[in-house]
Parts: sequence; structure tokens; C-alpha cells
Amino acid sequence: MKAYLTRRYRFSASHRLHCADMSEEENQVVYGKCNNSYGHGHNYFLEVTVAGQVDPRTGMVCNLADLDAFVRKNILKRFDHENLNTLPEFSAIVPTTENLCVEVYEILKREFRHAETEKVRMEETMLNSFEYAGGRELRPQD
Amino acid sequence: MVYLTRKAEFSASHYYNNPEFTPEENQRIFGKCNNPHGHGHNYTLEVTVKGEIDPRSGFVVDLKELKEIMNREVIEVVDHRYLNKEVAEFEDLIPTTENLAVTIWKWLDPRLSVARLHRIRVYETPDLFADYYGEP
Repeated sequence: MKAYLTRRYRFSASHRLHCADMSEEENQVVYGKCNNSYGHGHNYFLEVTVAGQVDPRTGMVCNLADLDAFVRKNILKRFDHENLNTLPEFSAIVPTTENLCVEVYEILKREFRHAETEKVRMEETMLNSFEYAGGRELRPQD
Repeated sequence: MVYLTRKAEFSASHYYNNPEFTPEENQRIFGKCNNPHGHGHNYTLEVTVKGEIDPRSGFVVDLKELKEIMNREVIEVVDHRYLNKEVAEFEDLIPTTENLAVTIWKWLDPRLSVARLHRIRVYETPDLFADYYGEP
């Protein structure tokens, strides 16, 4: 039986949306307030969905303790209370929540071994959220 | 195809233990959840069904009927129960969130006639939920 397990985490970080290839005016037009040179911050919610067969011995897709430990060490510790623009991950790409979502998905996909990484969903504010499943459609096909 | 989701809440206690593991293994794997006296959660169940809109009623499913089926087949069975001891399915099956989602699917799927079951989502806490789509 294949099931999907989703765990929700929180972190806070600042960023500035600015593209070096655009002029100051273009950046202002495209990013508006988000282009403020001092940056600004958000309380992000991160939802990690992993998938796999329910292990008949444990009843689990993966042990939550393993997922929590991995996310704390490899994601929350890396991004919480940081200025995202100063991190090497965002030296060449704009730290939009789209890009952050993809980055977090790739970390999980590359390094988390206890279950399949299905999807990353991130809320930047209560009014907007982003989802990435490695470019795949989100739901199993009917 | 239109999808419709109905929520319900229940409160129950459980503990995680596999008799084939040693007490030390159970403790290492399940941690605090291995406390034999159990612990509880306020669960939220989301049942999503899918179907075509009936041109006469405008419904995918009669919500009143869906609510009654959910109450009878699920809520009355698990609400304010110690899942390991009082729900037959969990005598030999660890009542994890994943297994609850799979089990609730098995209870509801044969009872739905008009709409088809699409997803069972079980929230154990607001920060943890399991989804089951009926996949083998």
C-alpha cells in the first residue's frame, strides 16, 4: 500500500528579489517592493511530502524522527534566520519562493534516503504558496 | 470530473508497538509513541470523492448521505476509542497515521455508490498528515 506522509515545518528568513541582468528600473518594475535593497523577511511554512509503501513492520512510510532530523539539519539549519541572498545556493538565482521550493526539493531528492520525495510545498505568506514535485503533475493520474 | 471534500473530526488514543521487536527496538523505533498506556490526538479526517455533476441535482454526491456514511463507518468506530484495544483492525496492525488512512479507505470505499473515493487524508496534528489514494 503506497501512502503519502506530509510534515509541516516553519522557518523565517529574509530575501531581496533582484536580478543582476536587469536594469534598476526593470528590477523595480518586475519586483516592486520586493526589490527594496535592504531586503525584507517572511515566516515561511514548509510542507514536505514523502511517499512509499507502508512498512508492514512499523506501519510507517518512513520514521518521522528520521524525516524531522534530516529537515532540521539540512534545510531548517541552512535557511532559518538567514538572508537568503547571501547563501551560495542563491548566488546566481533570485531567491523567490519558487526557487527556494525547487532548492529544498532537490536537497531532499538528492540526500534523503528513508522514503521517496514526493513534493515540497511552501507558504511565503498566508496568501501565497508554491508547490514543486520535480516537474511532475501533483496528483496520481485518474 | 469534480472533486468534493468533506471533513470530520475525532479524538482517539493509540500507541505504537510491534510484538516481533524487542522492547529496546520498539523504544528506539517508536520513541515516545511506544508508551504502552497510549496517548491521544485530535484527528481531522478529510474524505475526497470524485464524480460527474448530476444534471438534475447539481451534486457530485449527496453531502448528507456522505456525512452519514462517514459517521457510521468511521467516526462512530474510532471517536473516543483506544484504537489498539477497541478497534478490531488495529489488534494486529499498528495504528499509525498511514495505516489509519489506508483502513478508513477500506471502510468507506465499498459504501460509496454514486461518487468514487479519491483520497483519504488523516491529520494527526495540524503539522502531520497522511494521504492514501487507494494505490497498491
